[in-house]
Amino acid sequence: MAKTETSLSEQGIIVFRNGKERWANLKKYKALYLLSIPGIIYFLLFKYIPLLGSVMAFQDYNIFKGYFGSAWVGLDHFQRMFQYPDFIRILKNTLILAIYSLGFSFPIPIILALLLNEVRKVFFKRTLQTIIYMPHFLSWVVIGGIAIEILSPRNGFVNNIITSLGFDSIYFMGENSFIRTILVSSGIWKDAGWGTIIYLAALTSINPDLYEASEMDGASRWRQTLSITLPAIMPTITILFLLQIGHFMDFGFERVSVFLNTLNSNKGEILDTYIYTIGLLDRQYSYTTAIGLFKSVVGLVLIMSGNAVSKKLTGEGLY
Amino acid sequence: MLRISTGQRWFNIVNYAFLIILGLSMILPIVHVLAQSLSSNTAINNGKVFFLPVDFTLSNFKAVVGEKLIWRSFGISVYVTAFGTFINLAMTAMLAYPLSRSEYVYRKPVLILVLLTMIFTAPLIPNFLLVKQLGLTDTLWSLMLPGAISAFNLFVMRSFFMALPVELIDSSRIDGCGEMRILWNIILPLSKPVMATIGIFYAVAHWNSYANALYFINNRQLYPLQVRLREFIITDSSSITAPAEEVLMSSPEGIKMAVVIIATIPIMLVYPFLQKHFTKGMMVGSVKS
Repeated sequence: MAKTETSLSEQGIIVFRNGKERWANLKKYKALYLLSIPGIIYFLLFKYIPLLGSVMAFQDYNIFKGYFGSAWVGLDHFQRMFQYPDFIRILKNTLILAIYSLGFSFPIPIILALLLNEVRKVFFKRTLQTIIYMPHFLSWVVIGGIAIEILSPRNGFVNNIITSLGFDSIYFMGENSFIRTILVSSGIWKDAGWGTIIYLAALTSINPDLYEASEMDGASRWRQTLSITLPAIMPTITILFLLQIGHFMDFGFERVSVFLNTLNSNKGEILDTYIYTIGLLDRQYSYTTAIGLFKSVVGLVLIMSGNAVSKKLTGEGLY
Repeated sequence: MLRISTGQRWFNIVNYAFLIILGLSMILPIVHVLAQSLSSNTAINNGKVFFLPVDFTLSNFKAVVGEKLIWRSFGISVYVTAFGTFINLAMTAMLAYPLSRSEYVYRKPVLILVLLTMIFTAPLIPNFLLVKQLGLTDTLWSLMLPGAISAFNLFVMRSFFMALPVELIDSSRIDGCGEMRILWNIILPLSKPVMATIGIFYAVAHWNSYANALYFINNRQLYPLQVRLREFIITDSSSITAPAEEVLMSSPEGIKMAVVIIATIPIMLVYPFLQKHFTKGMMVGSVKS
């Protein structure tokens, strides 16, 4: 079949002149097309069907009537959401934790990468990297177990120190006032080291000539950091920042769920854990889907407006 | 080297000191937990255990070893991690490979289809109802199928395939290889590094995850290790009772920490391999974004 040699345009994109050529391509490379089918079905089934299923946020979904039989209620669930004191409190928790994340968890890897970059002893740097990447691979249950043990009021490590100094022991997990600090700092412990990887990669791509030249001009290391290093990794910072605000309200179910108990849930509960208890366990399907949808829309709006602002200011953007 | 100013020297001292403290803060909690799990009941209760076991004992581990449910959960986690990772790699490669070839003319629509799922994610309940309606709840499939392909890993693998020289494919086609043979005999053997990296990431995610099991599995007999461990930690009263001869030495805290150690050991075993690969993997990923 001579016709199967389809015409290749310059960019390597195949252009068909007629349906016959298209058919010939399908036939010749049918192995490729067959291979791709399971993956495409996967995305349609496990990603797109639930996405369509989100319409239940506008219904009074009844599991026996299904998506097509359930009554439509418009924006009722969204209105109900904002009348619930519980919801308002949990939304507030989620937002506060999100702001803490942005304020602490986000900049720390940058600072850490800059400090690591100043280390000249290769062995020291390698060893330290091995150590600080490691917590990233521990599960939240393990981290929760370690943290709860260390903070335990009876014989935890921290309280042993506190009592040996003559103070009363503190029940860290049993009070609302500590839970947010615990949630944010356990996240930093797990991922701050890991977060440096991408910045360290960006730092290695800086041309060393720049540093040499500025040294000739008498610039100090601090000056170099401000004038060379930071501007060089700014695009990476911008992109990661945009991605982060896209996930502004996704603090994470697993990391909160291990630390929650009845004594600290007042300030520790977030939307994801609320959706799990109210939606999955109490079966308020439509109401919690509305919350989930609300979360996604906020994320989308944030990432789009963030992108627009950043494009205007720095010329960097995700798309 | 140019001369170093005093300010510079001070900065270096402070910097090294800070980084050492940081490194210790990441290691010592784990050392402490290990020490607890190997210490006797009285030593733990008197708050004597810091970084070395006091009254060294294996009672806590013996208590865990005698617990059938722990082993059952351990086995389930091993199964889900091994078989789940196999499904992940097979499904990801099967889609990534056609998407890397210019002969596959529907590249663009399929890529957009995948990309959109990274931006728009469905809420929990519709996902749960789908898994339920497919009859996967209370089966281990619910832990392996819903996350079979990670869009991010798909893109990483695709860019690896695209970086392989096209001439390889062309020449083997001239030699009469079919598409399947090209993939199986040429592409996959060359892709061992990317397969190892992505496979390890998938495997760690399977081993560590507990949310899916919490959502989709009610049958306690099917709980993976992380869910079982979470029960011990949250309920705060260990349901494990030590064998009679170990009761004196073991303690709820010690047993809990022994389970933590057991859940961590597999990760620690793969970590050296992991470390070799992940920096590379991250680079490929960052080039894309």
